[in-house]
Amino acid sequence: MFMTAADPQLTWNLVQDVRQLFDFPFMVNAYRAGSVVAISAAVIGWLMVLRRETFAGHTLAMIGFPGAAGAVLLGVSASFGYLAFAMAGAVAIAVVAPSGRSGAADESAAIGTVQAFALACGFLFISLSQSNISGAQSLLFGSFVGITSEQVLVLLAGAVAALGVVAFIARPLVFASIEPDVAAARGIPVRALSFAFLLLLGVATAEASQVTGSLLVFALLVLPAATAEALTARPAVSLGLAVAIALFVTWFALALSYYNDYPIGFHITTLAFGAYVVAKGWQARFRLVPALARGGA
Amino acid sequence: MTPLIGGEPTGPADDTPSVMLRGASVRRGDRIIWEHVDAELRRGEFVAVLGPNGAGKSTLIKVILGLMPLDSGEVRVFGQPPGRVNREIGYLPQRRNFDPGLRVRGIDLVRLGLTGDRWGVPLPRIGRLRARGKVEDEQVNEVIELVGATAYANHPIGEISGGEQQRLLIAQALVRKPALLLLDEPLDSLDLPNQAASAALLGRVCKERGVTVLMVAHNVNPILSYLDWVIYLARGGVASGTPEEVITPQTLSRVYGTPVEVFRTADGHLVVVGQPEAPHGDAHAHLLR
Repeated sequence: MFMTAADPQLTWNLVQDVRQLFDFPFMVNAYRAGSVVAISAAVIGWLMVLRRETFAGHTLAMIGFPGAAGAVLLGVSASFGYLAFAMAGAVAIAVVAPSGRSGAADESAAIGTVQAFALACGFLFISLSQSNISGAQSLLFGSFVGITSEQVLVLLAGAVAALGVVAFIARPLVFASIEPDVAAARGIPVRALSFAFLLLLGVATAEASQVTGSLLVFALLVLPAATAEALTARPAVSLGLAVAIALFVTWFALALSYYNDYPIGFHITTLAFGAYVVAKGWQARFRLVPALARGGA
Repeated sequence: MTPLIGGEPTGPADDTPSVMLRGASVRRGDRIIWEHVDAELRRGEFVAVLGPNGAGKSTLIKVILGLMPLDSGEVRVFGQPPGRVNREIGYLPQRRNFDPGLRVRGIDLVRLGLTGDRWGVPLPRIGRLRARGKVEDEQVNEVIELVGATAYANHPIGEISGGEQQRLLIAQALVRKPALLLLDEPLDSLDLPNQAASAALLGRVCKERGVTVLMVAHNVNPILSYLDWVIYLARGGVASGTPEEVITPQTLSRVYGTPVEVFRTADGHLVVVGQPEAPHGDAHAHLLR
């Protein structure tokens, strides 16, 4: 049997299918990059959901897009574009809206305006670079082909650094996220932690964008965390579940894209959404059958 | 491990006042919040801070925590400048409702009160850490039992009632066995039986364990029988003394600068009538009881 990357065939032999997946170095790199991104996005996304900062996460993803498009225009790796702009965006949000939450109407309007402008700039850069339409598509909706080994190393370095910081500040950060007043009274630097978290969120969004594209980062940032939260209220279990869901979704989506040629962003988002719907249904059974409610959680 | 109630008092052992304010004043911009406040909270005293909205009751707590500076005067907490010994302080801020979607259990919240300010990787429990983890588990469970929240401590905090949330927050403030409790209107969100039960619990912790309690309150009646001292803050000035001394028509009229009447109902409740800037429903609510 002869196989090419363009036309891999699914067989009934699972071992054979998995072996086919890793026949080509680009797929090996896709799996490496996907795994790194899934772990960092799930952990930092879990904290983002706990802190009610999804709006900030979305904004950082939008700001990353012109960065990536601009990097392509200048002939630099899109990775650095995503990262540089997302980090700059994190600093800007920390200055404009220190809490990072979308509570204040003025701030959310201002940030919404910036999001629109960022998308427009990215579109301009893509036009200027005379890239084909698929270039724009992969920046917005993700792609898994052409990930180089260097890119994987950059992703890994960023994720290890970010997760190292998360591990160190984990408990005070969670405390400050849930009860900022009590945490501040305990001497926890609440504002500094907010700023640090925005920077971490910048790293996680920039990394996730490289697999899911700017528009679909929530597939890895929000959906695994929201799914895990629907299943358990134990913080440690919930965090572990989020990582497991993100990894499973990414691995499965890569395999699907490899075999059926539909875009990776679609597969990741659809699988993550499916898991979310199932989890929400599981959670809602308590409301349908009230007698179960007190025994659960 | 010392039990929460009936054990040796924690904190500095001498008879240094828990909190001492001398000639203390706070301004916000041009506006004077309060000025010339003198107070001394001795160990094991139960002190209420009363007064209308906007009189700077929460500000007083922030000053003691070192989160807000004085414009003049002096404040000492266990003989030290504020902010130094916050480890010895249990703090319950003014009521905020938890988001109904917050998926964290009550027991996690109480545990954060114990370990939430610890930096570093939360390592799995092996070797010595396992022993420490066990001691912490016991402390958390004991304080949850003390406030009577065992039945719902494992439920997500956003899904239990306000009264249940408040008990768990009191547990969080108590879990470190603090020498001083600063409570900002802890009874306001509770119904009457829960107000009485929480007040009794705090009174017990105060007397049996020698914990100094400073409670900002809107309604003095639930805590009246436990009070040693009252600080009354109002726009016109400050008065402090025993409840019998302070909650009188003479003192309150002087503090407010306008005639105020105080009635005592048959069951011993106090009703203050005529205080400016207090919510209108307040006096009525007391009279109706």
